Amino acid sequence: MSIENLKSYDPFAEADEATGNTNAPPKDIHIRIQQRNGRKTLTTIQGIPDNFDYKKILKVIKKEFACNGTIIEDKDGDVIQLQGDQRVKIKEFLVDKEAGLAMDAKRVKVHGF
Amino acid sequence: MDAESEPVPQRRASRKSVQFTDEKLVVDADGSVTMVASNDDTKETAMSHTPRTPPLSAALGAFTDASSHSQENATAPVESGDGAADDGLDLSLMKKKKKKVKKDDESAVEGGDEAAPAAEDGAIDLSMKKKKKKKVAKEDDEFAKKLEALNLEGKEGEEGAAAGAAEEDVQEGDWEKGTGIWQHDEKKVISYDLLLSRFFAQLAQKNPDHASSGTRSYKIPPPQCLREGNKKTIFANIAEICKRMKRADEHVTAYLFAELGTSGSVDGNRRLVIKGRFQQKQIENVLRTYIVEYVTCKTCRSPNTDLSKGENRLYFITCNSCGSRRSVQAIKTGFSAQVGKRKKMQG
Repeated sequence: MSIENLKSYDPFAEADEATGNTNAPPKDIHIRIQQRNGRKTLTTIQGIPDNFDYKKILKVIKKEFACNGTIIEDKDGDVIQLQGDQRVKIKEFLVDKEAGLAMDAKRVKVHGF
Repeated sequence: MDAESEPVPQRRASRKSVQFTDEKLVVDADGSVTMVASNDDTKETAMSHTPRTPPLSAALGAFTDASSHSQENATAPVESGDGAADDGLDLSLMKKKKKKVKKDDESAVEGGDEAAPAAEDGAIDLSMKKKKKKKVAKEDDEFAKKLEALNLEGKEGEEGAAAGAAEEDVQEGDWEKGTGIWQHDEKKVISYDLLLSRFFAQLAQKNPDHASSGTRSYKIPPPQCLREGNKKTIFANIAEICKRMKRADEHVTAYLFAELGTSGSVDGNRRLVIKGRFQQKQIENVLRTYIVEYVTCKTCRSPNTDLSKGENRLYFITCNSCGSRRSVQAIKTGFSAQVGKRKKMQG
């Protein structure tokens, strides 16, 4: 019989090494906007968790928001880039629990003007 | 425009806490008036179609006011601002128009019928407004009456339950002078409401800063935006604003560029040249988020803070009024897409 408290467990060990399930704080999702020529804009979404299929997300978004978009490989993970100012709609989509990704609204950061 | 004027729901909450000077008054006074004026305009379709050219001074006034309107009702068209800013002008124009209508009526209709349409014409605008106001007033009155009735009932009940009707009258006196019920050797039980009001009055009196900090908003001069050519925006008074916020120009500039997703430079007069077209209210929005994030103290919401680089590359905000210290995120540009072909060739 073992006593739970006396197990040798180093609380300061790196989480990855020991168990693998890191409880690191999840990354924020950044929604940014960029101006192109004229009144045209681009919306970029950075930091969607990796367990989502970007391609499928993009497909849904493109259909729903009636805009084109691509997935761009960046050094810190992939970025979804959409044409036009889709920030508000994207945020709703990301936060939506039924039709969207059910993200935490606090983690979705909308940048830009 | 639709892309730019879309309200960002996140920032609505922070609206009240940060305000740009010279605008609060306008917004407070004209906020409702603006809406009324615009409504009337839309109702009278004929009026809205008449070509109105406000005099230069009025137009200028509207232009300067535009910022303030943009703050409160970002989605409202600028037209409404115009209407509110020079209400008198609008009316006069309308009157002119009405006179013409009258004349037409005179020519067309017999003398007896003249009065009615003329009166109608003359009264359309005003009556509409008045009716609205009256309605509101009536509602208010009714509400007030109900309230009074409720109060009376409540009072009666209380009095019935308590000692009697006399006590209500006796609960008087100036606590500042120590008269009436507030006399030092007075032994009557003072009602809780009175004590509470006295407490708050004293609190406000003794600590003016404390009481006002909740309602007072932080004011900075509104950003001045000029257009340089077609694709560049000059943020003229960034130095002044930075001085006001006690932040380094570079820090604010970096934040602006990161948020707006552009680049730019500083010109000879310490003005910031931003690539891309930006309106004043857009810059205002970004500044507002900057202030919330990097200027105001999260604990006491005082803007009297210092930003300093801590030990290990982290920035810290130290509050000068409450002494709290918090770390702030470094400004991250994040991903920025390649815009245009030429840049792609270079990069």
